[in-house]
Amino acid sequence: MRKHWGLRAYAVIYLAFLYAPILLLPLFAFNDAAIIAFPLSGFSTRWFEQLWTTQALHDALRNSLVIATVTALLATTLGVCAARAGTLPNFPGKRGALGFVMLPLVLPEIVIAVALLIVVRQVLDLNLSNWTVIAAHTVICIPFSIAILNGAFQNLDPSFEEAAMDLGETRWGAFRLVILPLVLPGIVSSLLICFIISLDDFVIAQFLTGANPTMPVYIYGLTRFVDALPLIMALGTILVTISVLLLVIAEYFRRRGVARAGLKDSGGFL
Amino acid sequence: MGLLDSSPGARAAALVAPPLIYALLLLAFPLVAIVVISFWTQSGLTLERTFTLANYREIFTGPIYIWGNANRWGVLPLSLFVSATVTLITVALAYPIAYFVSFVAAPERKSLWLFLITIPFWTSYLIRVFLWKVILGFNGVVNTGLQSLGIIQEPLEVLLYNLSSVIVTLSHAYAVFAILPIYVALEKIDRSLLEASQDLGENRLTTFLRVTLPLSVPGIVGAVLIVFIPTIGDYVTPELMLGSGGRLMSNIIQTQFLQLNNWPLGAALSIITMLAVGIVSLVFILLNRRWLRGRA
Repeated sequence: MRKHWGLRAYAVIYLAFLYAPILLLPLFAFNDAAIIAFPLSGFSTRWFEQLWTTQALHDALRNSLVIATVTALLATTLGVCAARAGTLPNFPGKRGALGFVMLPLVLPEIVIAVALLIVVRQVLDLNLSNWTVIAAHTVICIPFSIAILNGAFQNLDPSFEEAAMDLGETRWGAFRLVILPLVLPGIVSSLLICFIISLDDFVIAQFLTGANPTMPVYIYGLTRFVDALPLIMALGTILVTISVLLLVIAEYFRRRGVARAGLKDSGGFL
Repeated sequence: MGLLDSSPGARAAALVAPPLIYALLLLAFPLVAIVVISFWTQSGLTLERTFTLANYREIFTGPIYIWGNANRWGVLPLSLFVSATVTLITVALAYPIAYFVSFVAAPERKSLWLFLITIPFWTSYLIRVFLWKVILGFNGVVNTGLQSLGIIQEPLEVLLYNLSSVIVTLSHAYAVFAILPIYVALEKIDRSLLEASQDLGENRLTTFLRVTLPLSVPGIVGAVLIVFIPTIGDYVTPELMLGSGGRLMSNIIQTQFLQLNNWPLGAALSIITMLAVGIVSLVFILLNRRWLRGRA
């Protein structure tokens, strides 16, 4: 059945449009020329070697990794609370409270950045640091964490917790021994997604970063220098490779979570 | 452990509390602060803390932000126009893809398609925007590529430093946001409705126009909002693609905060922008409300 060949062709062209810019990255990262232009000059790894010896880049990378790790842990912890609450019976105002936490999804990022900058500098009179970036990144990551974890928690069969408690576990024991293992894939994928969002964010970091820039802020500084272009291509190649690897891992865990929920469903029917 | 043993409602409240308190402190309170500071003024290095409408008066009566002049649009209408164009293009290009994945692709391939579509979205946003500058630039990939193929002699200057390059870049950056809501809406459509329509004598095109399209409107509305709202706040793309020339609302807000150090005016501009976006979004939802209502 070869119907819809037009749509199929369109889908392939569309994917090409989505991937075209990214495919250029390795092409010019390994190109032995200081300008980004055709024709290509020849194979070279010198841009990667130069990245290896740039100390400022390493500092920015370390900063970004610390910020992304703390953000992922914080946002996912708060996300677990909200997603778990979502499965429990309603109390007055629960939907409103959960809706408000999701608000950053429909706010332009610059507004969140500006609002927090005002509070930190004018109201609290604190200095900008990695902590201000972490606090803001956590605000924008929580909705994503909740969206991912909702899927994991809503597939849970409530009778599992009841069974564990009937068998003598405390509520905390039931959570730790029964619920947590079942939602663990969701937690892992939430951690990874929050990590990627934080690592990739530029807008909030530019407003709230202290003396030490994060990776995207550092890259943005590089874009002003014409001779740094191949360096950005090399750096981009590395970042894209890491992102894709993390995504594949996150997707693997998400599917395993679905598979676990599926197993549980069939168990319930039996 | 007392709390853990109490009623489910109380436990839910205890669990909601940490994220809610966090959001109140780091979202609600800052949003209030931005409103308050927009009624103050900056004089030199000091912040004048007396209530005044001066910032709003400047925005509404000056020629820059709203009214523009004979040669130039006001910044706010121009920004709304760019975002609306990006939204229109992004959603129009995304619909066939969402339709393809939902109706045409083999069921076991669907999640693979979605995964392939999402990957570019998760790769460094800054690098993606920067790549478009490299592609469209004066000595960029398109120009040098066409030149080495002998198709053009001189570089095409039209590619960079105009609004169309901003629109191309943003349409690429926000593609996934448009595809996913439309896909979800299409997936929800009961396939037997399509059979019924064809049994009653409609062809494939009229079935699409009279059944599939109206039923997918909630997804289209979601896609429009989720592209339109963040694009208006995006200042990286205009800054990289337009150079120091034509600037959009988000650039002006960023400049007020990070360079000119006039926070009250920046805050007022942020609020006016949010209000404009909110009003446009509400009007759009109201225009589509007859398709958004659930059908009995």
